[in-house]
Amino acid sequence: MKNRRDFLKVAGASALGLSTLSAGNAFAIGEHFIPADQTKKKDSVLEGTRWGMVIDTRKLTPEIVEDVTHICREKHNVPDCQLFEEPKKNKEHHEIKWIWEEHFHNAFPNMAADFLAKKLEDTPFLVLCNQCENPPCVRACPTKATFKRPDGIVLMDFHRCIGCRFCMAACPYGSRSFNFQDPRNGLVDRKPTNPDFPTRMKGVVEKCNFCAERLAVGEMPHCVEVSKGAITFGDIGDEHSEIRLMLEENYTIRRKVALGTGPSVFYIV
Amino acid sequence: MNDKIKIIAGLAIFVLIFTCPFWINGGKAKDVPKPVLSEKALAAKTCVLPKDEMAKNHMQLLDGWRNSVVRNEQRVYIIKDANGIEKEYDMSLSNTCLACHTNKAEFCDKCHEYASVNPYCWDCHVDPNVKEASL
Repeated sequence: MKNRRDFLKVAGASALGLSTLSAGNAFAIGEHFIPADQTKKKDSVLEGTRWGMVIDTRKLTPEIVEDVTHICREKHNVPDCQLFEEPKKNKEHHEIKWIWEEHFHNAFPNMAADFLAKKLEDTPFLVLCNQCENPPCVRACPTKATFKRPDGIVLMDFHRCIGCRFCMAACPYGSRSFNFQDPRNGLVDRKPTNPDFPTRMKGVVEKCNFCAERLAVGEMPHCVEVSKGAITFGDIGDEHSEIRLMLEENYTIRRKVALGTGPSVFYIV
Repeated sequence: MNDKIKIIAGLAIFVLIFTCPFWINGGKAKDVPKPVLSEKALAAKTCVLPKDEMAKNHMQLLDGWRNSVVRNEQRVYIIKDANGIEKEYDMSLSNTCLACHTNKAEFCDKCHEYASVNPYCWDCHVDPNVKEASL
């Protein structure tokens, strides 16, 4: 009969061996990748070094703002929280938005003057994710669900989002919304308005994706197409692009530049 | 050890209850469901990968597709078919897989239900063949 010490030694060694076995299994389960030579981009893809947007607020009318926000909601199956079945009080406090109308005071709180030009008081401002050059949401995300693409788009991989909402706390623009309930409840009859684009699930954060799915097939973002020229989209990393020419010719402002996030959405006022 | 009989009887009852699923089903397993191919899938004859590989590894393929599309911006999958001809597929669950396999209930759900796996693909991805509201 062995003594207790020998028994413990054998037991400890066996436990160690078993634990390495299961660790090996964990690696085997991991993610799968397709070899690079088996994939390619579509031929029609639009590529850039840093996508950006110029919003000419002089051209914005309430109708254009309505069209822009509507097409975005429709094409990305963004839920309308008014359709949620919950107490009225909650509905008023719950909103999921990708691009929306904001007053100058709220869009540019550090610029809002006491005696603001009448023109700016009345102008509807369109705000959306700024696709920052130095995005704080990406740094905050513990799962790398939010990441910055080489073309400057700050994209969300909804598959990886665990709903911790660190990104929402990190974003100084309030551009992110959380799905406190199944977002399909916010669609008429729970039916996606655009079957080609997925909805989200409960417990996932969402935001504007600069229409990455459109750029991939060579088309301009939806908001740009219905904006009647008020929104210009282009590669601000390319000094010969149309958008850079616009930035050269017009005085533009960006939201909360002093924070150092480097927003890629510019406003002509 | 006067309770010998009680203990043995108790154990016997426990074993009987514990194994009752086997008795009730008479030792027979439920038939393994066969996925039903839609007309479109039958007409296409070939899937993205050979049939056996698809049956075994479709989850790995889909996982790879999603990583390619979302993380690497690559949306087209290039693969040689059985005859060595290079084919291209749009890497999309809703728009490529389900465009051909138009019968999700008969093709996907049947086996998933049998194997007791609950993939949450459909919490977000849309079955384009469902026209009515119940999603």
